[in-house]
Amino acid sequence: MTETRDPVDPFLPPAGAPVAPPVTAPSRTGPGPRRVRRERLGRLRSRSAPYALIAPFFLLFGAFGLFPLVATAWTSLFRVELTAPEAREWVGFHNYARLLHDEFFWNALFNTAAIGVLATVPQLLLALGVAHLLDVRLRARLAFRVVALAPYATSVAAATLVFALLFGRDQGMVNWALGLAGIAPVDWQNGPWASKVAVASIVIWRWTGYNALIYLAAMQTVPRELYEAAALDGASRWRQFLHVTLPGLRPALLFTVLVSTIGATQLFGEPMLFGSGAGASGGADHQYQTLGLYLYEQGWVNLHLGRAAAIAWAMLLILAVVFGAARLLRPVLRGRGV
Amino acid sequence: MRTVRAGWGTYTLLGLFSAVSLFPLLWTAVAASRTSTRLASAPPPFRFGRNLPRNLGIAWNEGGLGEALVNTTLVAGAVAAGTVLFSTLAGFAFARLRFRFRGTLLLLVGATMLIPPQLGVVPLYLLIARLRWTDELQAVVLPALVSAFGVFFMRQHLQRALPPELLEAARVDGAGTARVVWHLVFPAARPAMAVLGTLSFVAAWNDFFWPVLVLTQAGNPTVQVALTGLGRGHVPDQSVVMAGALLGTLPLLVVLALFGRHIVGGVMRGAVKG
Repeated sequence: MTETRDPVDPFLPPAGAPVAPPVTAPSRTGPGPRRVRRERLGRLRSRSAPYALIAPFFLLFGAFGLFPLVATAWTSLFRVELTAPEAREWVGFHNYARLLHDEFFWNALFNTAAIGVLATVPQLLLALGVAHLLDVRLRARLAFRVVALAPYATSVAAATLVFALLFGRDQGMVNWALGLAGIAPVDWQNGPWASKVAVASIVIWRWTGYNALIYLAAMQTVPRELYEAAALDGASRWRQFLHVTLPGLRPALLFTVLVSTIGATQLFGEPMLFGSGAGASGGADHQYQTLGLYLYEQGWVNLHLGRAAAIAWAMLLILAVVFGAARLLRPVLRGRGV
Repeated sequence: MRTVRAGWGTYTLLGLFSAVSLFPLLWTAVAASRTSTRLASAPPPFRFGRNLPRNLGIAWNEGGLGEALVNTTLVAGAVAAGTVLFSTLAGFAFARLRFRFRGTLLLLVGATMLIPPQLGVVPLYLLIARLRWTDELQAVVLPALVSAFGVFFMRQHLQRALPPELLEAARVDGAGTARVVWHLVFPAARPAMAVLGTLSFVAAWNDFFWPVLVLTQAGNPTVQVALTGLGRGHVPDQSVVMAGALLGTLPLLVVLALFGRHIVGGVMRGAVKG
């Protein structure tokens, strides 16, 4: 215990303020025995008060946040069936060894990466453009921002059901519009790449406005004088964007890339509901089955929870590898002025 | 913000972006007002038909959207209230109180922010199954109350909005923790509570993966579970499916219209879903 060092007072003093002298509470009548006892109780209470304040959160956090994450590793070492979860059997690393030879796992990994890139790159570039457009003096400023968030407020399920119809092969609006431009109808459901583009477009639609607002917030912290100076130097709007705006956006860019990458690895609702029949196979030929969907198929369709846990742990490993690689690549990117 | 005034080019491009953002929602209503036969024939309809009341009725009753809307309102309301309360209390403790393991605990919460909750679903499901909570609404409410973002958000806000001098004065006056929380922390936290509450409500309403695992169409479906049922052909009629999507989305569009300022503010301060 650090009782001697820790002040009784749990409130932090203001930064840079002199440390308050120990409160002896001189009372008008002098410290009677009753007074002293009350004060001790008060001290006791105030020392436990912070824990009482964080307890509700940490009880839930322990039970429903931390425990499942840690226990996933343990569960992945067992054969656990959804039908009889009590009767589990130790299999060691069998679930992982099985994944290595599982063509559907590699297929799902490839699809996740492909859809992830198809969804994230255009989405963030578009968001940059939209943020740049919003970063001026506008009429109906709030209205534009709220409308940009309408897709974010639309649920994955609702959005995907509508897009599945819009992307219909014979009667969908997308193919109808392509037909107007003289382009032959595309089989958005069955084409190996067309279906990935279609699924990615749902993600792009839902998240572009959200990312645009994050960029906008960062753009507004760029000092106005920098633009004025650049304009005086004769820099065009494009060059201002390149040399003044972008450098100020680096933390926001990093944040959105991080969040979008995590989101892309977790892709589930869109590929689940995009196909007619809404199975967990991700299309007749598994052409858009993602890791999240494969986890669901193994655990809740085929009832192999141990395997599902191994997939979850593999997803975490993949995320770690991606971020590790990004860290290693950072000096290279920085060297090129990005 | 730059002082550049928006020209017609900016308005045109922003108008285009807004149209793309709104079009699928608007078309959902168009499709919900047609028949499945009409939706299965080309070219796709652009104008409203006359079947909206019928399709909404089928989606509400046979599609289970009526029950689902009640359930989702309860879930999202409870999640929003609980998240705001617990995040404010913990955020205040982390912002202004001194206690052992403060740094360690904060780091622990922050670290889990980067790990997607989806990775813990298997043990979480086994836990919920053992508690016999599958098909019960608390199965989706309690895990959703764990918001690392909420704690950080409230902490950050209170570090600015709650001057230490104020707390010092209250302490000198002999105010206990409960009174400090009630009379100082809650009033100072109110703007951030509104933002966090709205964001939590939206996130809980749209939560998909976990509710689809623990709730079923026959049990206590939320809107997303009911929509999944429709997508799986529970009612094999595309115009009814679109009516369901419309019913499930409309309440949030109302929330967005009413509290748009909060949602915009929250996103611009780095809100992460979940």
